[in-house]
Amino acid sequence: MAETGRLTRTAPSAPLLSPVTLLRVAIILGVLAGWELLSRSGWLYRDVVPSWLAIGKALADLLSSGEYYFNLGVTAAEIGAALAIGGISGMAVGILLGANRFLAKAFEPYLYYLGPTPKIIFFPIMIMWFGVGPGSKIALGTLSCFFPVALSAAAGMRQIDKVLIKVGKSFRANTWQTVWKIYLPAMRHPIINGVRLGLGVALIGTLLAETKLSNKGVGFLIIQAYSVFDMPRMYAMLIVLFVLAIGANALVGRLGGLHTIRR
Amino acid sequence: MSAPGRRFAIYDALPAAVGIATVIAFFAALEGLIQGGVVNRFIVPPPSEIIGSFGRVFVEEHIVSRFFFTLGECLMAGVMITVFGVAGGFLLYRYKLLQQATETWVAALAAAPVVLAYPLFMVIFGRSAWTIIMIGFVAALPPVILKTLEGLSGTRKVLVNVGKSFNLTGSQQFWKIMFPAALPTMFVGVRLGLIFALINIVGVEFLINYGGLGQLINDLAERYDLAGTYAAICFVILVSVVFFMSLEKAERWLRPVD
Repeated sequence: MAETGRLTRTAPSAPLLSPVTLLRVAIILGVLAGWELLSRSGWLYRDVVPSWLAIGKALADLLSSGEYYFNLGVTAAEIGAALAIGGISGMAVGILLGANRFLAKAFEPYLYYLGPTPKIIFFPIMIMWFGVGPGSKIALGTLSCFFPVALSAAAGMRQIDKVLIKVGKSFRANTWQTVWKIYLPAMRHPIINGVRLGLGVALIGTLLAETKLSNKGVGFLIIQAYSVFDMPRMYAMLIVLFVLAIGANALVGRLGGLHTIRR
Repeated sequence: MSAPGRRFAIYDALPAAVGIATVIAFFAALEGLIQGGVVNRFIVPPPSEIIGSFGRVFVEEHIVSRFFFTLGECLMAGVMITVFGVAGGFLLYRYKLLQQATETWVAALAAAPVVLAYPLFMVIFGRSAWTIIMIGFVAALPPVILKTLEGLSGTRKVLVNVGKSFNLTGSQQFWKIMFPAALPTMFVGVRLGLIFALINIVGVEFLINYGGLGQLINDLAERYDLAGTYAAICFVILVSVVFFMSLEKAERWLRPVD
């Protein structure tokens, strides 16, 4: 059999550096250069804008210090506890409100309007109730986390396809099985979204509480660096904290498969 | 009113009444528990004492002037986020390359806990209202930029084509077509930004013990004026709720049909 020729076309190779990447690199370099110029200009008070070299050195010192990891562990444990307590209670309340229209009409407006109020103002109450230790930080984180999770869970519950619930009923699923096998899988995306929001606000609430009154945790280290005017160390801690916060947020979204949602 | 109409009104009013009754019952039970000595009154003051201290907090703590101080900070941050946020969103819309390069960064900034950098702002701006305003501004800027971009990008093609058929100039196209079409979405961004700004402004006032309502709570807590602290917290919650409701009403007025 005569062999037919095969049409081949090499796939166009993507340029090594696309214009977008080039622009990003240019912006980053511009910011770094501007910062360094500002640092050396003397326009601001000395050390308010430390050089990148000083920040880099502080960053290296920070990441090689055992004390930092201990404090990071304390903060992570507080945030984890806050997320667990606030997340589970928020989900339970959200499922209850989402499942019952009467209860939702009676109580959801309170959640809706209390949700965005500044939670840090409750810190004096938390100190009186739970003391000055980690308990008050966990409580503030829990309070911050509860509202977004509850509201997302309630909204997610209302979006569940009624057919799924009817299927569950036709299989005579009990309440626990209905929650576990139908409600929770069907509400995965709103719940993950709520947990993402909850994680963000729990992190802010816990760390702000640590900056206000604490003797351990990353918030305590930041305010300690401020009080001794160790600016490079403070910048280094803020950089690490921002990277961790944004990374944790993205990770929760990815684990929950939010990137797979078709918009 | 017809019978079905009456049934509707009752059905709508009953849950709200149950909600209010539950809240009242909760506070009545708390009052009983505190008066009965079950709950320590030095940790949770009786609700009657909190209500009684409202007048004192209003008069002695100059709550009205503090309210206007916080409101002024919010308005200043609000003007700044509107001006810079809308301009930033327009820039990203106008220059696609810039949008592709930086949109994810702006979204990441929205997720970043900017308020934690308040010691840094204190070093730069001092312990002043500017520290508070600037934190409110930086924390609230990303949603305004992103929503402006969304609003401008979402302008219906047919409207843009109508503008082109009338031979409108670039500036006319923007002010007569793009801007009015994007305004409702932009306002959503401004509303979100104002909420973020208020949360951060009151929070930082509390943390650095400077300014209006946030400082009042800190002051009262440091004096161990329990009833006053609880009353001030209730007042801040009330102000926040009224603020959110007004913004929501303004948004509904601007976007009558979704």
